[in-house]
Amino acid sequence: MRPAILRLAALTALAAAPALADSPGGRPVKMALPDGEQVYNQICAACHLDKAQGSPDGTVPALAHNAKLASADYPITVVMKGQGGMPWFSEMLTPAQVASVVGYVRTHFDNQYADPVSEADVKRIAAKTSEE
Amino acid sequence: MTEHTEPSRRQLLSMIGKVGGAAAMYQAMTALGHAAETQFTGPPVLSGAKKGASVIVLGAGLAGMAAAYELQKAGYSVKILEFQDRPGGRNYSLRGGDTFTESDGTVQKVQFAPGNYINPGPWRIPHHHKALLHYCRQFGVALEPFIQLNHNGFIHSSEAFGGKPMRYKEVATDFKGHTSELLAKAISAKALDDKLTAEDQEKLMEALRGWGVLDKNMAYSSNLKVSAQRGYDQAPGGGRNGAPTPSQIAKLQDVLDPQVWTAMSFYFSYVMQTTMFQPVGGMDMIGKAFAKNIGKIVTYNAKATKVAQSDKGVIVSYKDVATGQMHDVSADWCVCTIPLSIISQVDMQVSPALKAAMKAVPYGGHVKIGMEFKRRFWEEDDNIYGGHSFTDQTITQLSYPNDKMFGRGPAVLLGAFARDLAGFQLASMTPQQRIETALKQGEVFHPEQYRKEFLSGVSVPWSRVPWILGCTSAWSEENRKAHYKNLVTLDNRVVLAGEHASYYGGWMEGSILSGIDAITQIHERAQAA
Repeated sequence: MRPAILRLAALTALAAAPALADSPGGRPVKMALPDGEQVYNQICAACHLDKAQGSPDGTVPALAHNAKLASADYPITVVMKGQGGMPWFSEMLTPAQVASVVGYVRTHFDNQYADPVSEADVKRIAAKTSEE
Repeated sequence: MTEHTEPSRRQLLSMIGKVGGAAAMYQAMTALGHAAETQFTGPPVLSGAKKGASVIVLGAGLAGMAAAYELQKAGYSVKILEFQDRPGGRNYSLRGGDTFTESDGTVQKVQFAPGNYINPGPWRIPHHHKALLHYCRQFGVALEPFIQLNHNGFIHSSEAFGGKPMRYKEVATDFKGHTSELLAKAISAKALDDKLTAEDQEKLMEALRGWGVLDKNMAYSSNLKVSAQRGYDQAPGGGRNGAPTPSQIAKLQDVLDPQVWTAMSFYFSYVMQTTMFQPVGGMDMIGKAFAKNIGKIVTYNAKATKVAQSDKGVIVSYKDVATGQMHDVSADWCVCTIPLSIISQVDMQVSPALKAAMKAVPYGGHVKIGMEFKRRFWEEDDNIYGGHSFTDQTITQLSYPNDKMFGRGPAVLLGAFARDLAGFQLASMTPQQRIETALKQGEVFHPEQYRKEFLSGVSVPWSRVPWILGCTSAWSEENRKAHYKNLVTLDNRVVLAGEHASYYGGWMEGSILSGIDAITQIHERAQAA
């Protein structure tokens, strides 16, 4: 598989917003996130934790054994738009990366939703949410 | 000599202040070209509070404590409930002996030498953050300069300069030199004839020659004049070998790397401009000073679980996290400063509009890593005293200590300050992996010393800090439009405050200004009743 090199330069969502917050001045340019497993382990696990168990108080929801993942549209929408304290990733991850990580989570961590998730699904939802 | 019959600016402002109050004076000052830098015109004047009126504040961070301090001054009876066992919230410092537990249960123990610390949260104060500086002044919090722009810090890109870190002064000088030469060429080629008069072209050429340090051919080249900005191969000296030799300028292609202009642009940012400050001895000096000045009104280890309100008052339920016992406390009003990232844990009896606003604000996931080294090699070997080095690697930034320069013994630098994907990536690692990553990537800047002098480190991934699960609010413009007003407006008897309830997200100034506005609303409503 061709490693997807992510160009943060063009894709940094929170940086694109008026960056008034006290933030770093450097600028990480690329990050190898070749597949859904890597995206999960390197990005999502920051909050949802390594076994997708979520925070102990339940504020960050567990993705493990999660019935809300039955339809891929729901997790895709959350990743693209953000929800509650979770930021939107539409500008940080490529559609291919979103599809791969949603596909990964839906088939791991005691989730068995085998229907494939495609880049087209992500683009369809992105188009829908941008209309709203 | 003519007598002054017109009032001086100061007299005029004083008159306006007396007649129209602080707000009118502020407007007048702004119109006269002063004071546009801040919305803070002094602490709130809340006069005529009803005797016995009470306020319960949730959260002993800066927003909550500033609110409590001013409310008490005005005559209100104030209590604070704080989840943690200390005041300050994100305003805190980690020192040797402290432990830090992440949301997955991982515990880190800080092993720094006495006197050394890192500020995991806020760490620098702009000179125009007048509300915060007002309280520092009032409480006697000693401040010292935070070295922001250091021309001798490094800029590193893995895609330019052969991957070699460059000094900021080198790349910044080269960037303006090369771009000046290009602009001069465009003028010479008559490409700007339709934009500029002949006279303005001449002025601009002169500016480019001086600003870009161009030579007589309007070219940017390696020479001693350029070296007087970017540094020399051999610096000027004394005596027989005193003559300096010029350094070699970098190629245009290299200085077009985004690391160069983003660093230059960073220092232009309103909130990043010098002079900046930090409290002597750690950021938590501010939180501690507030705590001291509000008196013993804080109940620590108190986790708010419910905020109920009626037309008569509020009842807050909370759990004593040490004993597990539930308690109720009632008051006339409530200021809730609990971060929105965790507010879903509290059953808030508020309007649907405010509820929707509370769910509309995502949080960033910044990560900081504090690293202690045996000696100040960045000072002793690399002539870097405070300030930053930037990189396109995950660690994003290195920041050198701004205090105790020339000191002997161990010192702590900031070995990573990352956000967005880089922040999440570091947060996803174990503490050991984070340190290894920081060592490996930081070695780019200080290859000889980094591993050799390393003692210990502590990493703070804000997305895993259990009491907030995020770093700072990151409003999108759409959500700001739809929800901000609802979020900051007094909802019957409950009002929210904190950096998330401000246009200064992620700054202590925003917390304090929002706290002041929250209690001003309460006071106005109380007076109207």
